Amino acid sequence: MISFTVNGKAVSVADPPSTPLLWVIRDSLKLTGTKYGCGMALCGACTVHIDGEAVRSCVAPVSRAEGKKITTIEGISPDLTHPLQQAWIEIDVPQCGYCQSGQIMSAAVLLAENPAPTDTDIDEAMSGNICRCGTYPRIRQAIHRAAEIKARGAK
Amino acid sequence: MSVPTKMERRDFLKTGAAISGGLLLNLYVPDWAPARATQSASQPVALNAFVHIGSDDLVTVISNHSEMGQGIYTSLPMLIAEELEADWSKIRVQPAPVAAVYNHTVYGIQMTGGSTTTNSEYDRFRKMGAMARVMLISAAAQSWGVDAQSCRAEKGFVVHAASGRRASFGSLAEAAAKLEPPKDVALKDPKDFTIIGKSMQRLDTPSKTNGTAQFGLDVYIPGMLTAVVARSPVFGGKVSSFNGDKAKAVPGVVNVLEVPSGIAVIANGFWPAKLGREKLDIVWDEGPGGELSTVGMREQYAALSKNPGTVARKVGDPATALAGAAKTITAEYEVPYLSHSMMEPLNTVVDLHDDHCEIWTGTQFQTGDRAAAAGVAGLKPEQVELHTTLLGGGFGRRANPASDFVTEAVHVAKVAKAPVKVVWTREDDIRGGWYRPMWYDHFAAGLDANGNPVAWTHTIVGQSIFDGTMFAGFGIKDGVDAASVEGAADIIYGIPNIQVDLHSPKNEVPVQWWRSVGHSHTGFSVEAFLDEVAHAGGKDPYQLRRALLANQPRMLAVLDLAVEKAHWGGPLPQGHARGVATHFSFDSYVAQVAEVSVEKDGRVRVHRIVAAVDCGRTVNPDTVKAQLEGGIVFGLTAALKTEITLDKGRVQQRNFNDYPMVRMFESPQIEVYIVPSTEKPTGVGEPGVPPVAPAVANAIFAATGKRVRRLPIKSEDLRSA
Repeated sequence: MISFTVNGKAVSVADPPSTPLLWVIRDSLKLTGTKYGCGMALCGACTVHIDGEAVRSCVAPVSRAEGKKITTIEGISPDLTHPLQQAWIEIDVPQCGYCQSGQIMSAAVLLAENPAPTDTDIDEAMSGNICRCGTYPRIRQAIHRAAEIKARGAK
Repeated sequence: MSVPTKMERRDFLKTGAAISGGLLLNLYVPDWAPARATQSASQPVALNAFVHIGSDDLVTVISNHSEMGQGIYTSLPMLIAEELEADWSKIRVQPAPVAAVYNHTVYGIQMTGGSTTTNSEYDRFRKMGAMARVMLISAAAQSWGVDAQSCRAEKGFVVHAASGRRASFGSLAEAAAKLEPPKDVALKDPKDFTIIGKSMQRLDTPSKTNGTAQFGLDVYIPGMLTAVVARSPVFGGKVSSFNGDKAKAVPGVVNVLEVPSGIAVIANGFWPAKLGREKLDIVWDEGPGGELSTVGMREQYAALSKNPGTVARKVGDPATALAGAAKTITAEYEVPYLSHSMMEPLNTVVDLHDDHCEIWTGTQFQTGDRAAAAGVAGLKPEQVELHTTLLGGGFGRRANPASDFVTEAVHVAKVAKAPVKVVWTREDDIRGGWYRPMWYDHFAAGLDANGNPVAWTHTIVGQSIFDGTMFAGFGIKDGVDAASVEGAADIIYGIPNIQVDLHSPKNEVPVQWWRSVGHSHTGFSVEAFLDEVAHAGGKDPYQLRRALLANQPRMLAVLDLAVEKAHWGGPLPQGHARGVATHFSFDSYVAQVAEVSVEKDGRVRVHRIVAAVDCGRTVNPDTVKAQLEGGIVFGLTAALKTEITLDKGRVQQRNFNDYPMVRMFESPQIEVYIVPSTEKPTGVGEPGVPPVAPAVANAIFAATGKRVRRLPIKSEDLRSA
């Protein structure tokens, strides 16, 4: 058994240690907000946090999660109040929405490390996440907006 | 305005019961997941097939069109809410089951495509909202013993001003549902609209920011197994023999079984199924598909393009006009096969029983998929219950004319004898065919002494999309596939002598509609060649288009707006240049101006795209802008990045490493401007795509003097050193 926490809840799973964390999260734990897009860490749809670091869960073996704190999109706020969620809703970023869990999880690490990212910072942090619907201009705008919301909340 | 209500009451009531229960009750929802999108707590009653109201006052709009990103789960409810006088905060939306009452008003089947949802439903949904409002008012008036004329609806209540009485929609719904629907309903004068034409926040956005939005891949039902299928490495190939012993030895693999499309590995999750598939030994009978190569097909297509094909349109006498022209230019253009590559790979869940079958999938094509699934299952269509989930992108791929991903899943469920989810990997998706066709074009233009085009001939070579489908009679007329020549045969420029003709070679590669279909190719070739004509005649590309659009006021307005906002002719940073293109598609007018620069190593940087659109009256303007933005990025990926090529019948790309998408750092500044209109709404999902590639290619010519005639644009062709 491999034990870790997901969104604050302790879990133990019996999946083989080499199973990608993505498929443990989805098929075993039935947390379906984390998405499969490519299986090769090329699209970012599967992004989760392991101890606060953005990880492409489709290539991370579940053994890497042992004893760690995993956060998925379901865990970033209980009530849509994370600054990124507020900004995403205000700007109506998503179209099909499939990639947006991964976009938000990548952006959350960016904002945690850099409270006022520039466009270049956003390009660097977000270029691992593909959006086929082409919501990039709105993602950019929403990250700037979330930084404002966060800064205002911190005062 | 008065619209007769043609449908019989029972026709639009009978489907009401089928919806109750719905998708979510059948799913395992983990106890720690956040609450799903709020569902009506009470059992809603159907005022008609599209409007259900619960005693809790929630109004559930039943959407017969699929939500794949285009925002119709918000814009369709807006149409109903406008006429119903609903409280917008009480509006919910739910996918429709499959039933004739939900057929597309033009196409006659239940489907989403062709950028037609708003156009199809603009009148019907408003009418359904108005009918429900009249019934609620009647119910209130009867219970109060007053004249219905003295009551009105506002924000979810029926109000009798004289007595000050008010009753909520929810308290009236049950009584209203028992009333005969009105024969005629008056629809609002557009000047009285309070919702239509206002940018409303999308109803589905919150669920798409917390992981609760449910796509097909997110469906889990009790006892469900997961399958991946090993399909032929070449198109049209069949299994000759196979050995599944090593696959079956993978822990978690439950069975290895043959289906018509290949070998299904069935397991207790995706990962063991995928590992098992890697261990399969299969001998394929490749058939003629194993001979296909892109190099060979290009040679074949280029040779065909030298001679005219079946005539799609002829105006005047182009041969004589060309012969007598002061100047003649010719050029050849080409575009590759393209994969749709929706972010959510294809998948379908099937729960098959002797006398019924339940299917969950993200489809654009309910009527066809249900009928095809029933055929495979040996059931009647009515015995198949198809649940439409959210679609993680569609772009046409999920309206498959052969219902390929749905019928395959039913075949797997049949042999698996268990509920099963069939999942396509990204590699399966990219190598799985049903591509935008590869096309090759030959152009000739004749210019008069003043540099004006007087003759235009255009020979198109590419596979027919309609051929062999149930739509062949609709899409192929006099030997011409309409999808192959759209955007070319119907060009709106005032050129006196025109011929557009078509060759439709056949091969084993399955082809399909891909966001903007034929326009995705003709938009590029026509608009880039017109740029060549402008330069050959010594004219500014914008001014030449203006002259040729003298009788097209809507396109002219769109072109002028885009050019004005882009400061055409204004100063630019060193090395930057602009290109312009227009394109009429899906009854909408779009113009775009691209600003680009080209690095010494040939890399193209697209800095800014300015777009203007006239798509008739807009229902949700912010959604129109979002669709144009998305179409532009989608078109940029085709212009700069992607091609599917074959060698010995094998697709040479496999994932986003060699079939790369435009990413954040390559995404330009995009501005979208809407030309106000009172015409009926037309398409917005697709019309943003066609003008991008030519605007960029024309800007590259302006920047470098190098003419791009082939997509994707390759940096090695633009290197200056």
